[in-house]
Amino acid sequence: MAADVLPVLAFYLFSTITVISALMVVIASNPVRSVLWLIAAFFSSAGLFVLLGAEFVAMLMLIVYVGAVAVLFLFVVMMLDVDFVALRQGMSEYLPLGAFVALILIVEIALVVGFWVVSPQVSTLIDNPAPAITQTTNTAALGNIIYDDYAYLFQAAGLILLVAMIGAIVLTLRTREGVKKQSVVAQMHRTREEAVALVDVKPGQGIN
Amino acid sequence: MATGLEIGVGHFLTVAAILFVIGIFGIFLNRKNVIIILMSVELMLLAININMVAFSSYLGDLTGQVFTLFILTVAAAEAAIGLAILVCFFRNRGSIAVEDVNVMKG
Repeated sequence: MAADVLPVLAFYLFSTITVISALMVVIASNPVRSVLWLIAAFFSSAGLFVLLGAEFVAMLMLIVYVGAVAVLFLFVVMMLDVDFVALRQGMSEYLPLGAFVALILIVEIALVVGFWVVSPQVSTLIDNPAPAITQTTNTAALGNIIYDDYAYLFQAAGLILLVAMIGAIVLTLRTREGVKKQSVVAQMHRTREEAVALVDVKPGQGIN
Repeated sequence: MATGLEIGVGHFLTVAAILFVIGIFGIFLNRKNVIIILMSVELMLLAININMVAFSSYLGDLTGQVFTLFILTVAAAEAAIGLAILVCFFRNRGSIAVEDVNVMKG
């Protein structure tokens, strides 16, 4: 019995934490706290992925979202000197509209799910898993699919990341004025004529 | 075993739907703060990822998880570019309020 109940308990635990954290991301008073709640949401959703048997995606979630994206958000939030209190002005003013749109969305999703007819092919799909689950691990099976069937898409994903990297660097790069920096090229191209001057100093006078 | 204790694909889809709605709600609630809007977009992408993985696990087809990886890639790229634009904008205007984003008179 305990073995049956445990995954159910884990699901409700992880999903509750995910939903509460997501709500706190939206309504937290301080953006730094928002980012921390975002990390909690990603962390517990990684638990949901583990429950679904997608271990590789779960670990990737932790590495990419918690390790990279959330830290990026944290850096930017802490770096920008913004009056966040002023940005929260009028939040209660937008609350009814936001709640209204959210309600519309909930109704629409409920309608879609209500009229959703499960295809008769689904049962045959479930009975014949694409790579037989018992034979290989999740990561190995994913690797086979990515590198065999989706090799071009995989390369395209790499290209997207490259473009994003170059774009982020180009956008944030700036040359500051009035900063003393070492210029190796300028140093190496100095000549004796422009660097050294011979001054005949008269006795009793300085150099001015 | 007690009935109703089974966790099916519907449970995961419900969580994903709630997350998506929270993301939309967050965009409307924090209309002035671009950082929170970006985080809300990330939440919505997370909801889509949960949908993908839930169906992939339910149907026994790993293709859904492959596409989750691609969504993850796009989400990371979007966050990086969005935050870079944000930093750039803050340098130019000294503010990240959405109503100040009117240089292009769009």
